[in-house]
Amino acid sequence: MTSNFIHASRSLLWATALSAALSSAIFNAANAADIPEFDLVIKDHFYQPSELSVPAETKFRLRVTNEDPTPEEFESTDLNRESIMLAKRTILVYVGPLHAGTYNFYGDFHRGTAQGRLIVK
Amino acid sequence: MIGVALLVFREVLEAALIISIVTAATRGVPRREWFVFGGVALGIAGAFLVALSADFIASLAGGGGQDLFNAGVLLIAVLMIGWHVTWMSSHSREMAQQMKAVGGSVQQGQRSLTVLLSVVALAVLREGSEVVLFLYGMAVGGVGTASLVGGILLGVGSGGVLGFILYRGLLRVPLKYFFSVTNIMLMVLAAGLASTAAGYLVQSDLLPAWGTPLWDTSRLLSDESFIGKSLGVLAGYKARPEGIQVLVYLGILGTMLIGARITRRHA
Repeated sequence: MTSNFIHASRSLLWATALSAALSSAIFNAANAADIPEFDLVIKDHFYQPSELSVPAETKFRLRVTNEDPTPEEFESTDLNRESIMLAKRTILVYVGPLHAGTYNFYGDFHRGTAQGRLIVK
Repeated sequence: MIGVALLVFREVLEAALIISIVTAATRGVPRREWFVFGGVALGIAGAFLVALSADFIASLAGGGGQDLFNAGVLLIAVLMIGWHVTWMSSHSREMAQQMKAVGGSVQQGQRSLTVLLSVVALAVLREGSEVVLFLYGMAVGGVGTASLVGGILLGVGSGGVLGFILYRGLLRVPLKYFFSVTNIMLMVLAAGLASTAAGYLVQSDLLPAWGTPLWDTSRLLSDESFIGKSLGVLAGYKARPEGIQVLVYLGILGTMLIGARITRRHA
């Protein structure tokens, strides 16, 4: 009786965990298409554009492409993000939803030149 | 050269602060300096391996491989520290007593040396792989050998010295409180590492952010400042944390405190 109960509750637990994982996967997949995307390019250790306008209170994703022949790191303390890009590679970084304001980002490997900012409004 | 030195310094400082805490926490265990050196050597080898396979790692998990890898490395370190902290709490008093006599039993020593070696290796691997990629880019980009070598020496030297200062400072804590202090520092360190791991999962959309940021103390203490940066490594300070990072931080810290209390009661 007790072991049956334990068995049943364990199955229930598994089923709950599985359906939670599934529904979150479906939710994410459905959501991914709706997320606005913005492009950033690094060329000659400069960001292009160096100023990017994005909507406030909206989750979005940055598609950052490193066109230089050397690695770079997209980094922003304002946004709490960091991600390494190898030469000629593209990364996706999810950001937000953000309040209106200005957020700086930079290339950690070339801070002298690779500077940019997000204008959130 | 200064540019090279600054980046190397920032990365080495992170690893050095972590190394100094775990080294202090294994005070009194015989032969531990060999395990620190071994951990550093393994970490450097691992850093080259990770840098070489960075393209492959990035391509995993539909392009989110890098974030998953970083989060994974951090979470393994959290688990190792968690194991050490819960086990240490049940033995810290007797260890402090034994240390005066012989320096801990062999079995206890072995366990903490495993933790020491892995956490040192993981810290060096994580920061080191970024340094390797950066230096490779600098070398390809035409920065001269003198600047590279000078920058590396300056960065590693100054980062290492600061780590050593923290270590020496910790050793001045009276023996009576010593392991309680290092235990708390390890728990806070692990909570910070776990919240950083959560940050990686948020940026690749594998976890919800639940508030970006939850609060903003960047005017009070910026992440870029030396104190902010050091507190970030030691205690997981972030000027603009995501909600989930705060939640993970508190969750890990709470779990470790409760775990330590339970093992102490059973000891």
